[in-house]
Amino acid sequence: MDLLSNLAMGFGVALSPFTLMLAVIGCFIGTIIGALPGLGPSNGVAILIPLAFSLGLDATSSLVLMTSVYYGAMYGGRISSILLNIPGDEPALMTTLDGYPMAKQGRAGDALVLSGVASFVGAFLATIGLMRLAPLLARVAFLFGPAEYFALYLLAFATLGGIASNNQAKAALASCIGLGIAMIGVDNNSGLPRLTGGNLHLYDGVDFLVAIVGLFAVAEVFFFIESHGKGSSIGVKLEKVTIPVRDIVESGWTMLRSSAVGFVAGVLPGAGASLGSFLSYMSEKSIAGENAGFGTGAPRGVAAPEAGNNAAAGGALVPMLTLGVPGSGTTAVLLALLMTLNITPGPTLFSDRPEVVWGLIASLLIANVVLLLMNVPMVRIFVRILSVPPGVLLPGVTMVSFVGIYSLSSSYFDLLLMIGFGVLGFVLRKLDVPTVPIILGILLGGHMENSLRRAMVLSDGDWTYLFSSPIAIALWAVAIVGFIAPMFLRNVLKRPQRITD
Amino acid sequence: MLSDRIFGLVALMVALAYGASATQIQASFMADPVGPRTFPILVGCVAALCALVIILRPDDDPEWPSLRTLGALAFAVAVLVGYAYALGPFGFLLPTAIASGVLSYQIRPRLLPAALTGIRLSAGLFAIFKFILGLGLVALPASFTG
Repeated sequence: MDLLSNLAMGFGVALSPFTLMLAVIGCFIGTIIGALPGLGPSNGVAILIPLAFSLGLDATSSLVLMTSVYYGAMYGGRISSILLNIPGDEPALMTTLDGYPMAKQGRAGDALVLSGVASFVGAFLATIGLMRLAPLLARVAFLFGPAEYFALYLLAFATLGGIASNNQAKAALASCIGLGIAMIGVDNNSGLPRLTGGNLHLYDGVDFLVAIVGLFAVAEVFFFIESHGKGSSIGVKLEKVTIPVRDIVESGWTMLRSSAVGFVAGVLPGAGASLGSFLSYMSEKSIAGENAGFGTGAPRGVAAPEAGNNAAAGGALVPMLTLGVPGSGTTAVLLALLMTLNITPGPTLFSDRPEVVWGLIASLLIANVVLLLMNVPMVRIFVRILSVPPGVLLPGVTMVSFVGIYSLSSSYFDLLLMIGFGVLGFVLRKLDVPTVPIILGILLGGHMENSLRRAMVLSDGDWTYLFSSPIAIALWAVAIVGFIAPMFLRNVLKRPQRITD
Repeated sequence: MLSDRIFGLVALMVALAYGASATQIQASFMADPVGPRTFPILVGCVAALCALVIILRPDDDPEWPSLRTLGALAFAVAVLVGYAYALGPFGFLLPTAIASGVLSYQIRPRLLPAALTGIRLSAGLFAIFKFILGLGLVALPASFTG
């Protein structure tokens, strides 16, 4: 078996005591990041990248650490959803719908354990799916030329803008902001500076880490100053934690179905974990019917979004690893990590550096087991950490971001740029302009332009070359449908509002 | 309505300025068929189009913070900018204590806890960065330690 020997190699890389330790640390930090409201998986991972980088970890170790954080954050988001009715991160929003009512009935412990098991099932199945699907997709991806890649990048922006936002024009504008920023700096082909305004600091371009940390972490501080940290008070108390065997068995099928739904949602570029948890909750709700009591604390309503959310997190890694196109905001940040480590995701990654891919997959499996062990018996520790007041948390996060970015370049200019991105992020989020497409634009802008230019060199300037292969045409078609269709589906796909007391 | 119209107008002007400056990009003699100008100009055009759509079909206004909160936010930005400049010449401990203390006070306006938060965060983070993560931070300005 090819798969098993690959996996054995992966475990050979990932099972060294040092990487295991990194996985445990990553899972712990990740769960905390996910649990704390105001620190989502994307900005958590973003803040940690510069630190991991300045620690001088090698590629595999930093990948293990960061993916553990990534999976951990997906686990952690449920804790504050259930106990405080505040989603710790965006995908955990659906968990508040049944998790919080369940906690108010005095079953907070049951809800936490059940959602932990559901997270495990979702993430585990998704990792298996990743192992099966990614090599296949990598083989298809070898057929991709520059024209196909250009269409694929366009597809990522189109679906991200179409599905994940409320206003197509704003999402497209955000993508343009990102792409426009990516153009700044020395042009690779001609070696001449572009759009720098003569500023020497900009000749290297804008570092995407600066943009990510600014848009996500610094902007968050401004939101907390605006709200004075309200809405993060103590919610439900956690009584005794036991394992609700009956609930787990009864929601077994729910977990399996939701994992499948979530995985598919995750694989679609641009859709990500939020859509995964949303779709799996809605489909379980309609399967269960009116009498199942969804929305009033049904155990299955807790299991479904958590399985879906974690499965989508695994699924989102498939397009990121095989095509270099991330499926969500957090995978965009992970893509940034890979690029910083000088690893270019894409089909060649599977043939050239199998130890990185399979080491990563093995460490995902390890992280998942560690997370289950950590999240069921040790849930109390995380609950206690939740009571850190935002007046301490947010300044701390800001200082960590500053030091992280400063340690990269030791330049005050990057810090100023980061603050600028923070202000921009605040204004844009106020205006309901999504910020994830900006990150994606900065990350992919250079690649997108290069594939366009290479395509034109190959065809000697003939624009019809972009639509010359069946794959390219299919990608263009999906991109257009993915961008336009949600305009008509908006009423159907409307997200349910959070329950208020 | 109004917020989106203003935002759209600003975005439109930025997009046009971006596109215009993209036409001034120097091309080298070994130009490929596309050249370094086309893609930025394309981005500028798409952005301008989006901005027009936003102006013509604006969303409802968001809830903007009050003038006082805006002032607080501006002050926070000023503190962060000051911190960015101070981190190099003044070392880690002092600027961090002041900046995080101020931010903490802005989130929860109580003087003593905020001051304590600043001092503790500064000392705690320094210990973590320096001794656990091994970053090369300077604790105090060079003139203090001689």
